Amino acid sequence: MSDVKTTNVEVRLPSRMGFEKVAMSTAASVAKLMGFPEDRVEDLKTAVAEACINAIEHGNRLNEKLSVGVVLSAGEDSLEVKVIDDGKGMKKKFAKPDIDRKMHGEEDPRGMGMFLIQALVDEAEWVAGTDGKASYVRLVIRLDKEA
Amino acid sequence: MQSETKSRVDQLTSPAGHAVTVLRFEGDIASTSKEAVLGAYQALPKSDVKIILLDFTKVDYINSSGIALVIQLLIEAANAGQKVYAFGLSAHFTKVFTMVGITKYAGLFPDQTAALAAL
Repeated sequence: MSDVKTTNVEVRLPSRMGFEKVAMSTAASVAKLMGFPEDRVEDLKTAVAEACINAIEHGNRLNEKLSVGVVLSAGEDSLEVKVIDDGKGMKKKFAKPDIDRKMHGEEDPRGMGMFLIQALVDEAEWVAGTDGKASYVRLVIRLDKEA
Repeated sequence: MQSETKSRVDQLTSPAGHAVTVLRFEGDIASTSKEAVLGAYQALPKSDVKIILLDFTKVDYINSSGIALVIQLLIEAANAGQKVYAFGLSAHFTKVFTMVGITKYAGLFPDQTAALAAL
């Protein structure tokens, strides 16, 4: 167990497109308070937004009776964000988008969210919940990351 | 909750004398922006429009669904033999567009003056 002090902030979002911006703004506020540079705050905003969109659209399947939980844990030199939904979790591996294949109609123009998440934060993991519920994606950005 | 995307069209001439159609966007570019992005593009007369500039100066938020709409626009423009360029993206979204490969099919410029000067 680490004895590093962490500060938690929690947000619950309705499963409605657009509300990812609430989590995005909250994460940005926490990251700014922690002293993250502007470019890393922007990276975090996009990663959190995409994680919430996946949770709303694929995890909770736009069911507004379900909510998306966003838990931000600010440590001494890193910020962890968990985005939790009631889906079964991500089963398939995702590949880096191939713009040539997209331009030639061989790949769906969509499907870049998970790639962006992984590319923009220092750690990203997708965890399937037990009993097919409470799955989450966990993101971490570190303060010492070179821009 | 998502801010409505607005778009408008301007016709300009580059210093080199080329006719340039500018699609200016305002607001979020997300899944709800199909009409403002693809609809605005599809309303352009294909036979007259050869060079298209996408203006993102007044866009603060673009998500992966919005990027997908831009890619769909690029696909349709490529099929119509049109060239597409963009300007006004923030440093962050310039990075994101580069990461997903859009820059291979749409040159990015910091602002309208730089874009027109290069056309």
